[in-house]
Amino acid sequence: MDISNYLYLSAILFTIGAVGVVVRRNAIVVFMCVELMLNAANLAFVTFARINGNLDGQVASFFTMVVAACEVVVGLAIIVTMYRSRRSASVDDASLLKR
Amino acid sequence: MTTSSHLVYLIALPLFSSALLLLLGRIADKWGHLLATLVSASAFAIGVFEFIAMHNRTGAARAVTQKIFSWISVGSFQVNASLLLDQLSICFVLLITGVGTLIHIYSIAYMSHDRDRRRFFAYLNLFIAAMLLLVLGDSYLNLYVGWEGVGLASYLLIGFWNQKPAYATAAKKAFVANRVGDVGLSLAIMISFAQFGSVSFEGVKAGAPHASKAALTAIGLMLLLAAAGKSAQFPLQSWLGDAMAGPTPVSALIHAATMVTAGVYLITRSNFIFDAAPIARLMVVIVGGITLLFGALIGTAKDDIKKALAASTMSQIGYMILAAGLGPVGYAIAIMHLLTHGFFKAGMFLGAGSVMHGMDDEVNMRRFGGIGKFMPITFATFGLGYLAIIGVPPFAGFYSKDKIIEIAFNAGGSKGWILGIATLLGAAITAFYMTRLVVMTFIGSKRWDEKAHPHESPILMWLPMAILAIGSVASGFLFNSGNSLVNWLAPVLNANGVEGGKELLKPAVVSGLALVAVIIGVGIAFAKYRSNVPAEAPENVTVFTKIARRDLMQDAFNEAVLMRPGQALTEGLVKTDHYFIDGIVRLVGSIFLGSSKGLRRIQNGYVRSYALIMVIGALALITTIWVVTL
Repeated sequence: MDISNYLYLSAILFTIGAVGVVVRRNAIVVFMCVELMLNAANLAFVTFARINGNLDGQVASFFTMVVAACEVVVGLAIIVTMYRSRRSASVDDASLLKR
Repeated sequence: MTTSSHLVYLIALPLFSSALLLLLGRIADKWGHLLATLVSASAFAIGVFEFIAMHNRTGAARAVTQKIFSWISVGSFQVNASLLLDQLSICFVLLITGVGTLIHIYSIAYMSHDRDRRRFFAYLNLFIAAMLLLVLGDSYLNLYVGWEGVGLASYLLIGFWNQKPAYATAAKKAFVANRVGDVGLSLAIMISFAQFGSVSFEGVKAGAPHASKAALTAIGLMLLLAAAGKSAQFPLQSWLGDAMAGPTPVSALIHAATMVTAGVYLITRSNFIFDAAPIARLMVVIVGGITLLFGALIGTAKDDIKKALAASTMSQIGYMILAAGLGPVGYAIAIMHLLTHGFFKAGMFLGAGSVMHGMDDEVNMRRFGGIGKFMPITFATFGLGYLAIIGVPPFAGFYSKDKIIEIAFNAGGSKGWILGIATLLGAAITAFYMTRLVVMTFIGSKRWDEKAHPHESPILMWLPMAILAIGSVASGFLFNSGNSLVNWLAPVLNANGVEGGKELLKPAVVSGLALVAVIIGVGIAFAKYRSNVPAEAPENVTVFTKIARRDLMQDAFNEAVLMRPGQALTEGLVKTDHYFIDGIVRLVGSIFLGSSKGLRRIQNGYVRSYALIMVIGALALITTIWVVTL
């Protein structure tokens, strides 16, 4: 199997994630789409590590996972707080900074 | 040079009194006029004292100086506020304080019904102080302070009854016309500073022989402009007629005897400039010649007694300027005519005021007639002034005006003939309009309303008139006997000596011609106005009379040539500012406003749109890199 198929998969996953972030309003779904984009990036990293035959990409993917874990912690906390205060998890309602 | 410590009181006393009367307000109403008169009289006393002291000294010691304080001290440029009293200034000091005191006394009675009499006297004192500073300053800069001061006092006094809008406008007109002249004086001061590094009379006099002709001519012309503004000479003459809006004593003091002659003082004081600048001097003669005929012609058509006298003043100052422009022989003659004119014209103005006082402030001579019977003292004093101004021997005007006609003829060549004939013509017209004035006012049938009750004025008014009349009779003879005034002024005015002009006509012939001119003028006026003067000005008159009634179109000229284009220019500038300059500013503003309006739409508060922008940006970046590296 051609190894570049992994890269196509990564691009498709990233695009799905990006479109999800742009079109969905539920904060949880947006959040999941962001995770999808991060994992698409991870897939690209390990694929390139495989192509180049070294471990650099795999190391970078670990960093991404750590960042994603931190982001989940902070992000979920924000979403939960937002939901508690306004009984909604729509990202369109969270536009206070504009006003 | 002698130094003195009490010259400053000449100026300080009236200035202090003026400030006191203005600051105290109504408290001083009861005694304000007395204080002002007393101060003016004591200034006159100081003047007389100084004159006697000066007379007893000889030679260079006659001039007195006093340094009051150091005014400007910048590097090598030093200007002291210091006073100089020499043979020339003492003449003015005596004229200003002497005539000034008489007019103060006159005003006590003349203004007695005016509730602002105190303010009037405060302004009069202010004028006296400023005028004394003008003639006593030892540098052009000190003179300039006085020059502006008299302009201010003149403005305040012309507009004294400024509750009438026409009077307030007249004051403004005088101020603006004077301001044009003042620009000339300030330019002259700046040029002389640039040229000589000094603005004192002494410094400029010392530098004048080494200076370039062009600079001296420029200074001379600028000084002439200043003189024209202050002395109502062509082309800045139009304000004097309207200045008659002021109370009559003001017209007598400021607009006949003293302030309007400041231009003559300036030119004679700057004799060292004009001696070295023939072109400027020629212009002085031309301006004087034009004005003496201009004023005389206006005088023939005026029915307002004060305006007729004002036109006469303009014309007589034209004579003085003409004489001053004729060089060393003329300076002293100009001053002599100035002094005699100060007596007779002030006297006649006071006489006119006395007539107005008796006739309920009527000024139209067509409504007078036969007043001489009711006001014998006014008639007598006015008559003496009249004989003096038309130049009947042995009255004052004869000596001074005759001399001017004489030196005009002696100017040489065609210039001599032109000037001589112009001055002779002026003398004839002067005789005509003054006779017209006297006949219409004092002689002939009465044309006034039954309501008017002409009566002689109180002693406070006729006494000054009588003293001035004595001056009109005697001063010419005194100044002329043994050439006393010419010799007295010689050290100041004719430092280089008088070159003997060739005589075109013998003095006796000139006197004869002048007398003939006067007799013709008097004869015509007497025949024309002795009887049958209509009480209303006739309408079916020649176009020349109409033009003369309108002051020879001076206002129409100023309006068409200066005012309208000036207004058009101002309006154009306003429009340019509004539409062009402001337009650019507004355009810049609206560009930023519009673009920020567009940019603001991006900041819509939706996270997904921000994310989309980020995605688009990232895609654009990647595409660019991809295209570039391809």
